[in-house]
Amino acid sequence: MVGVVIVSHSLKAAEGIKEIAQQMGRDVPVAAVGGTADGQIGTDPLAIKEAIEGVMGSDGVLLLVDLGSAVLNTQLAVEMLEDEGQDQVVLSNAPILEGAVVAVVESAMGHNLEQVKKAAEEAIHMEKLL
Amino acid sequence: MKVAKDQIVAMIKEMAISMAENKIFLTELDSAIGDGDHGINMDRGFRKVLERLPTVVDKDIGSIFKNVGMSLISAVGGAAGPLYGTYFMEFGKVAEGKEELSNGDFKMMLAAGLEGIKRRGKAVVGEKTMVDALEPAAEAFAVAAAEDKAPLACFQAAVAAAKKGKEATIPMLAKKGRAHYLGERSIGHQDPGATSSELVLRSMLKVLES
Repeated sequence: MVGVVIVSHSLKAAEGIKEIAQQMGRDVPVAAVGGTADGQIGTDPLAIKEAIEGVMGSDGVLLLVDLGSAVLNTQLAVEMLEDEGQDQVVLSNAPILEGAVVAVVESAMGHNLEQVKKAAEEAIHMEKLL
Repeated sequence: MKVAKDQIVAMIKEMAISMAENKIFLTELDSAIGDGDHGINMDRGFRKVLERLPTVVDKDIGSIFKNVGMSLISAVGGAAGPLYGTYFMEFGKVAEGKEELSNGDFKMMLAAGLEGIKRRGKAVVGEKTMVDALEPAAEAFAVAAAEDKAPLACFQAAVAAAKKGKEATIPMLAKKGRAHYLGERSIGHQDPGATSSELVLRSMLKVLES
């Protein structure tokens, strides 16, 4: 199964999104990471790297981010991974919450990393008000 | 004329002092158009730099700057972490194995650092970012160095250009970072990143002046 990492400026937000997403597939490896090393709002590339390694399996990992520094620090975290790991990790442009829900559904269905990424990014077009 | 390693170490300490002194000022600037943490983040980052500095002062200047970069990456928490982290890592690559730095070295460091920041942040001049201070500074340094001026005069030219570049961010519409979400409301405020960039360069100048 494709692993999912949720990177937010707030650990609470990341953990909350993880809880919501995992309702859709409890066996999917999901990691939530957020905040600085001293517990403030922000992102920490070393913590993000560890989170990626924590859910890394043979099917790869999809990364979902919230804003600004989450993007830059996640890119840095990927660059810090071993070379073979870098090819199995992709950063997604998906909305963080809706994208996480869709990614977990897709991963639980056994789809590959490319399919999971595509589906998560399409979540941006999901209509909420029907 | 070359700048010795102890002066480089003094420059880094001066940056940390400057970030501590300007913590509230930078945070106020950031509160107007961002998430209000730039001063806190920079101060936290440079406190980590100071904490780790004694472990590398015996090494070459390249290792010292790389350590500054890694400390900022690990401790800043905001976008300034990867951006300034990359800036100083690029300084470190140019200064690898060196015990003193020439004008040519500084010129290459400022250019490489700038390119690193532009690559990571995907910003260009005119978008209300650090690049608005760092690019004119690198250019002014290169011009002064080509005229064979002393490092002091080259840094004076660079800091003057950074100050002008920083002030030029006031009427700009933000195109990058958190300020981008504010659209038109970002106009009329000085960019905190361009401001801290000027402070970094001014800290280097201050050591040469003393």
